[in-house]
Amino acid sequence: MEIVVCMKRVPETGDAEIAVDSTGRDIVRDRLTYDINESDNYALEEAVLLKEKFGGTVTLVSMGPPETDETLRMGLAKGGDVAVRLWDHRFARSDGHATAFVLAKAIREMEFDLVLTGCIATDDGRTQVGVTIAALLGIPHATYVMKVDIEDGIATVQSELEGGLIAVNRMKTPALFTIQTGINEPRYPSLISIKKATAKEIRTLTLDDLGLEASSAGEEGSKTKIVKLTPPPVGKRAEILEGAPEVVSARLTEIFKEKGMI
Amino acid sequence: MRDIFVLAEHRRGELRDITIEMLTKGRELAECCGVPLTAVLLGHGVDRFAEKLASYADTVVLIDHPQLENFNSETYQAALSPLLEDRQPFLTLIGHTAFGIDVAPRLSAQSNIPLATDCIDIRCEDDRVFAVRQIYGGKLNAEVSYENAPQYLATIRPASFPVREYGLKGEIVRTDCPALKTPEREFLEYVEAPAGEVDITQADVIVAVGRGIKEKETLPLVEELAKSLGGVLACSRPIVDAGWLPKDRQVGSSGKTVKPKLYVAIGISGAFQHITGMKGSDTIVAINKDPNAPVFNEADYGIVGDLFKVLPTLKEKIAELKSG
Repeated sequence: MEIVVCMKRVPETGDAEIAVDSTGRDIVRDRLTYDINESDNYALEEAVLLKEKFGGTVTLVSMGPPETDETLRMGLAKGGDVAVRLWDHRFARSDGHATAFVLAKAIREMEFDLVLTGCIATDDGRTQVGVTIAALLGIPHATYVMKVDIEDGIATVQSELEGGLIAVNRMKTPALFTIQTGINEPRYPSLISIKKATAKEIRTLTLDDLGLEASSAGEEGSKTKIVKLTPPPVGKRAEILEGAPEVVSARLTEIFKEKGMI
Repeated sequence: MRDIFVLAEHRRGELRDITIEMLTKGRELAECCGVPLTAVLLGHGVDRFAEKLASYADTVVLIDHPQLENFNSETYQAALSPLLEDRQPFLTLIGHTAFGIDVAPRLSAQSNIPLATDCIDIRCEDDRVFAVRQIYGGKLNAEVSYENAPQYLATIRPASFPVREYGLKGEIVRTDCPALKTPEREFLEYVEAPAGEVDITQADVIVAVGRGIKEKETLPLVEELAKSLGGVLACSRPIVDAGWLPKDRQVGSSGKTVKPKLYVAIGISGAFQHITGMKGSDTIVAINKDPNAPVFNEADYGIVGDLFKVLPTLKEKIAELKSG
């Protein structure tokens, strides 16, 4: 089975302080650490599990600057066979549509039975690129996939809906699935596989290599544009209890008592 | 100017809340721009929803077809594209829900209409549309503009807009369904999440943990705290993904919606998927080391600090008071 996995390198912002840069349209990035997007990591693991079952190749594709090689190499160490990085300065500031357009153009030239992506990128949260790629490739798709079964080229997949309800859909491959976190247990690569991955070549494709027009990628090819970034308006905002752990614990205990919980 | 469209969402015989939220916002936008509001209702045997939609919309376009009975993004897109082509609405709102996320990008790509997803606000200025969406887990708001286009699409985050009643009597227009091919993707069935041993939706007190607890070994300490408050242990998604607690303990859009008297969020940053499931709680307490964690915007009381230091002392103080 030939499987393409789309991966995104994202800043880890869960515990980090996020500051808006001088353009007002992007964030200050120099102090952030980066990693593979969380659900992409599950998509990669799912691809490797399917490869282990059916044989075949797992090809990793990512659109991003040279630093993205680090993410792709980690993907190779975790079981990817081939990695392709799509980059050109004219890809910068691509929105969801432009990103999908570039990725779809690259994937179209590949042999594939499945395309797997994460269900959401933790940085921009668009949940748009995967389904758009499927539409551009003209293949069926399923989103928020929690289970994949494949038999004789027919995929039966479970998608997670609100409230934990599952929708079961069936389709012929080739197909694209956006993978939800928790579908599997992503592996940690061994030192040997990390070492091997360091030696592997990562193919880089530019706008010209892909035969794309400059008008279909980057800011020019984007259909939406960030005008400005602002901190979210402060809502009702919690009353912050200040002091040493003993002090805040005592105050919180009083609050529990006032609310009749103790 | 042309119409604003709202795509109604229903599942298993029930109109979903997001529909009314979008209709309320759609009504406000329509009145602000002086244009008609149209609700689009696709399905099979769903006439009973049309009247409700007509109390918000000037027109309800009802397309009834057996193939539209269960949501399928392919058939929905195939039914919507010709309608949008024909009617040329200025703006179409779709829920940023499991259904909307599944259909909107396909519709955008097939009909070549620019899309902004997961919008928490949207406004029209002259013939342009601006949307606000959250990025970096809710730490920043991004104002987004669209390229100039004849039509715009936006998916709207659930619970972003309050609901109002309008009591209008819009016209219900039955519209022929375009010819639908057999979709490549076939819907088979819905499967309910299995019920667990504890029904957290019935609890008065919930102590919930998230990624910030770092390791599974922290759980017994938190469970003790929950018990001392007469409550139950729950969690956000990453804890279920890691296999530390079963799915039936998950609070959030893909888990349970809870409304306890007291909700204590420990090491939970407050992604909207989680907030959606707990914002109806009477009192919310959050303990998190990140002062900018979005959860503090929802909580009544907050402790910015190291949960590994706070939890043991909190346990002691509660024990003292109880013995006291």
